Amino acid sequence: MNPELQGREFPPTRPYLVGREKVREFARAVFATDPINFDVDAARAAGHPDLVAPPTFPVVVQESTLAQLLAEPDAGIDFSRVVHGDQRFTFSRPVFAGDELTATLRVSSVKSLGPHSMVTAESTIVDADGAHVVTATSTLVVRGDE
Amino acid sequence: MASGDTAPDFDAPSFDALSVGDVVAERSFELSRDSLVRYAGASGDFNPIHYRDDVAASVGLPGVIAHGMLTMGLAVQPVVDWAGDPALVADYQVRFTRPVVVDPSEGATVTVSAKVGQLDAEARVARIDLTTTFGGETVLGKAQVRVRFA
Repeated sequence: MNPELQGREFPPTRPYLVGREKVREFARAVFATDPINFDVDAARAAGHPDLVAPPTFPVVVQESTLAQLLAEPDAGIDFSRVVHGDQRFTFSRPVFAGDELTATLRVSSVKSLGPHSMVTAESTIVDADGAHVVTATSTLVVRGDE
Repeated sequence: MASGDTAPDFDAPSFDALSVGDVVAERSFELSRDSLVRYAGASGDFNPIHYRDDVAASVGLPGVIAHGMLTMGLAVQPVVDWAGDPALVADYQVRFTRPVVVDPSEGATVTVSAKVGQLDAEARVARIDLTTTFGGETVLGKAQVRVRFA
């Protein structure tokens, strides 16, 4: 993998509009049961503007930034050798249905570990006003020849 | 959040009543191949190792495996149910240590136990540590959820 990737920032992704049905679909897929994920009245009764997405929902928005990284011509990342090592979400606020989210990826570190490489990619996700919502951080392990 | 807006069937946990080591939630999840297809559609992750045995075998896996992000996504749910609101999760991190192999007929059972790992009284944040197991082995390492309290 190209060590010069470290510190590289990618252009912001196209805005992602969080739909209610997408929140419900994702919530069902991760076995969520909290009515605040499904029922607008329950979400509003709890003080939220709309349905609250499950904590790992931002991966849907982050995904397009990781696609940018894997497609970077000089990155030298072979997708078939990529293993997801670590994942983290750090919230300023939860994601709500109706949010329009934009993600910007920055490669925070590239490390070699014997034949393998580890790349840590931080996707900063902001709302339509540019205010921070959540940062999604992935560490990908790219297996080399042993 | 407005106080007094409490759901009738739910008592929010009290930060001050928590102690490090308390088990706050436990739940088992039955995963089937259908669960993986459903998650693929919901998340947009259509990597075929999560639904095709031939592709999984060709990359040296013992079988079709669950998306790591599905395991991460379900493992936090017992904590969300305990806290009473997904919006209270301030931070959530995991390390993927072992795959969850989902048998086409038997499926896979993933068990989650959530325990208080640390209490930050000043910030009123509880760190909840998850033990997530499949076939008697943990599949997530350093799985920590930070929950904000009022």
